[in-house]
Amino acid sequence: MNVVLWICATILSISAFLALIRLVKGPSILERVIATDVLLLIVSAALCIEMTVNRHTNNLMFVVLACLVGFVGSVTVSRYVTDRRNA
Amino acid sequence: MSPQQRLSDAKNESGQRQRATLRQELPLLVWMVLVWGALWQDFSPGNLVFGLVLSLLVVNLFQLPPVILSGRFNVRLAVLFAFKFLWDVVLASFEVMYLAVFRGPKTKSAVITVSLRTESDLLVTAVGHVLTLVPGSFVVEVDRRSSTLYLHVLNVNDQAGVDKARADVLDIEARLIRMMGSKEELAALNAETKTAARAADAGEEGTP
Amino acid sequence: MLDTMIDIVAGTFMILGCLMSLAAGIGMLRFPDLLSRMHAATKPQVLGLFLLLSALGLELRSWAVIPVLLLAWIVQLLTAPVSAHMVGRAGYRTRHLKRVTLVADELALVVEEAANRENTAHGQKPGSNRTDFID
Repeated sequence: MNVVLWICATILSISAFLALIRLVKGPSILERVIATDVLLLIVSAALCIEMTVNRHTNNLMFVVLACLVGFVGSVTVSRYVTDRRNA
Repeated sequence: MSPQQRLSDAKNESGQRQRATLRQELPLLVWMVLVWGALWQDFSPGNLVFGLVLSLLVVNLFQLPPVILSGRFNVRLAVLFAFKFLWDVVLASFEVMYLAVFRGPKTKSAVITVSLRTESDLLVTAVGHVLTLVPGSFVVEVDRRSSTLYLHVLNVNDQAGVDKARADVLDIEARLIRMMGSKEELAALNAETKTAARAADAGEEGTP
Repeated sequence: MLDTMIDIVAGTFMILGCLMSLAAGIGMLRFPDLLSRMHAATKPQVLGLFLLLSALGLELRSWAVIPVLLLAWIVQLLTAPVSAHMVGRAGYRTRHLKRVTLVADELALVVEEAANRENTAHGQKPGSNRTDFID
């Protein structure tokens, strides 16, 4: 399990780094939103892995909440972006 | 969407707000009670009853326009659909992975129009959800009056790809109609497939 | 014996799930425009979370957690397409797309038609340019 943990941690760090690059570069706010979304999902993946390795379910609510927060965030921002152009 | 139609969701002809009947809300209530039980990881009767009380409170405080169910649900097809869906999710994920790694910036895509057969909001939503997760496409725009979806499809290189993507979407819709569409839609779909089969037969006879 | 096998399966699932996150990261960086990047952000993540949650279920080996795991996945299944649609729609309406990467754009024709119809129908009215589809 320890080996798996290290592999997963490495992969997740790389993907978080890639998402961060897009977050910094992202030409528009929408790109930044989806980059944040990906980052949030990477965090929830990390939570899942931590739970699997230590065999508990304390963080499961945070995984569900991360999904919901990402959803509310991206919907709000995209509505705002569309409305500003529409007005 | 026209303003009239948006109004008609919430109000009936006399201008009163439409209230969902208890029967219409039953699936929602059952779902909410199950969510409550799952969140507590406790399906004991006391907890479920408390969940039901809370759900009733929520449903009555935050009223939504009722979701019209067709009244048909084929459990066997639903299970089949779930497995096919899971398999398709796996395929789609690996496809996107492959494209991201090997094709990258050269990936071509297309925005296509698909007019669905169904007129039910629920089915249009379900089709939109499923096809966003499955065959490399997602919904850009919806025209509710004509049940038309405008999709962005990844990895389309020519007109043949566009046609294939459209056929895929219509296939998903056909499977969803068989699973939970209304009787009229099912009949229309069966008639359509029969004509298509007959046309195919005729075509084969014509070109030996 | 059985325990080790379950551990191996769970480990494989975990690594695959992480690879899906990596696919999302690579896709975010390498795809040419916003709409293609949306695909990278939604599709692999759904499978990734599914694999990680099943790994968790396999390791915990208790029936009581299965509904929560399922719930977490269903919540993602329901929210991911909606947010993808909202962001994609905003992206299309504000023209955050590269025409070069599109093989066909059948929505553009509809947008044009709608704009024309709108202009001829109430050309004099103020605010007549407020169509559903914004250019």
